[in-house]
Amino acid sequence: MGQTIKKELMGTGEMTERTWRPPGTGSDRAFVVVLSIILATYASFILLLIVADVAYASRGTGDGAAWPFAEAFLSAFRSPEIRSAMILTMISCTITAILSVFVAVPAGYLLARYRFRGDRFVDALLDIPIVLPPLVVGLSLLILFQFLPARLREAIVYERPAVVIAQFAVACAFAVRIMRATFDQTDRRCADVARTLGCSRRQAFMLVELPEAWPGVLTAVTIAWARALGEFGPLLIFAGATRNKTEVLSTTVFLELSIGDLSAAVTVSLIMVAAAVAVVITARTWGSRTFKL
Amino acid sequence: MIVLDRITIRQGAFRMQDICMEVPRGEYAVLMGTTGSGKTTLLEVICGLRRPDSGRVILDGRDMTEATPAGRDVGYVPQDGALFKTMTVFEQIAFALVVRRDDPAAIEARVLELAELLGIGHLLDRAPAGLSGGERQRVALGRALSFCPGILLLDEPLSALDDEPRAQIVALLKQVGARTGVTTLHVTHSKADAEQLGTMRLGIAKGRVLPKET
Repeated sequence: MGQTIKKELMGTGEMTERTWRPPGTGSDRAFVVVLSIILATYASFILLLIVADVAYASRGTGDGAAWPFAEAFLSAFRSPEIRSAMILTMISCTITAILSVFVAVPAGYLLARYRFRGDRFVDALLDIPIVLPPLVVGLSLLILFQFLPARLREAIVYERPAVVIAQFAVACAFAVRIMRATFDQTDRRCADVARTLGCSRRQAFMLVELPEAWPGVLTAVTIAWARALGEFGPLLIFAGATRNKTEVLSTTVFLELSIGDLSAAVTVSLIMVAAAVAVVITARTWGSRTFKL
Repeated sequence: MIVLDRITIRQGAFRMQDICMEVPRGEYAVLMGTTGSGKTTLLEVICGLRRPDSGRVILDGRDMTEATPAGRDVGYVPQDGALFKTMTVFEQIAFALVVRRDDPAAIEARVLELAELLGIGHLLDRAPAGLSGGERQRVALGRALSFCPGILLLDEPLSALDDEPRAQIVALLKQVGARTGVTTLHVTHSKADAEQLGTMRLGIAKGRVLPKET
């Protein structure tokens, strides 16, 4: 690629000859190509995971159904256990998402705007549900609720409220992270101006800061919802996996697998994939308007 | 009238000791100082966003040291405006009056009056996102003047502007001073601002405020 050029040596008037290469060329393309290969490999790996599930569910069971894929879904919907799990999943995830945002908005706001004694400790503490092994979260919940009066404990542990509590324990931590990032990125001076214009702190928050943080709130709702959908370990320990009672879709996959019904497990997984994809798309559309996660 | 009486502020390594300053009613004071000299901090003390460690803030004869920002009757235009992103220009200027629960017809009349004075009548339906630097300053000024404050604080209102909008805003600030009689404190690092606008010039350096020789 080298090109021979003649060049005058600085100030000497003497001509030299050397191979000249423009700086940087050649290596740029290779750099981008390597990055692209890595990205493409990982992206296709994720895509293949989903495609494989769809392909497996479409294989049919050999009973000659014309639309094995649709047939598999219909039979999943026909099963009362799966239907009940689906309804409980939708309700519990929605309650968890709303509760999470209800806690995350004030928590994230306080951490982003105020410096107080122990603020870094509190900040680190809120990350614990994210980094803790899920089984440990479940076990800790079970232990904590042992200290409750027996009647209250029996109403919660291994009952439906336990589903929401187990989901909330982890989902809320993610929602707090998102709200903290949102308020870090909204201009606090706007609230300052609002206060000089006649607002109390509460009014400045409600009228100026919360509307500006709204896309972040919507992102926090969707992410909390998606985390709740995927919750499994803590649920299994704290709420159990009782059919028609505390069974949610993630537990269904586990139960179907444990009785050897792989195709039912795959079908239910695909329902969850569809729900998760819908949530990611919604979060992206709302979230990308004002800030990047 | 703005009076600062022995204001002391400490924040980490930053320190301002025994600041005394007086801007008589109706004056247009320009306070000059370099970056990091505490100009913005001083404005925040006057409008109540920052509590001084000691000293008193007296505004139009009343001790406002303990008052909330809302109760001080001070219009504040921070650097580059800090416009409310979710509101139209009309809503921004109406904001202080809506918070005060004024009559909607009176609010509209006041917004239109200010929009005419500031030359932003054609922008009232716009969101702040697409506005130019000069337009943003006009809107921020309208928002700060909407409730007829006795005192107006301006933080580097001209620094981000090109020559032409800058000259327009200078003319506008002079007009606002003459029309409203508002006591103004304008902080800047630019000598040109002080020469063009100030009826009174102050300098801040090494934690002290002193009259500036002309």
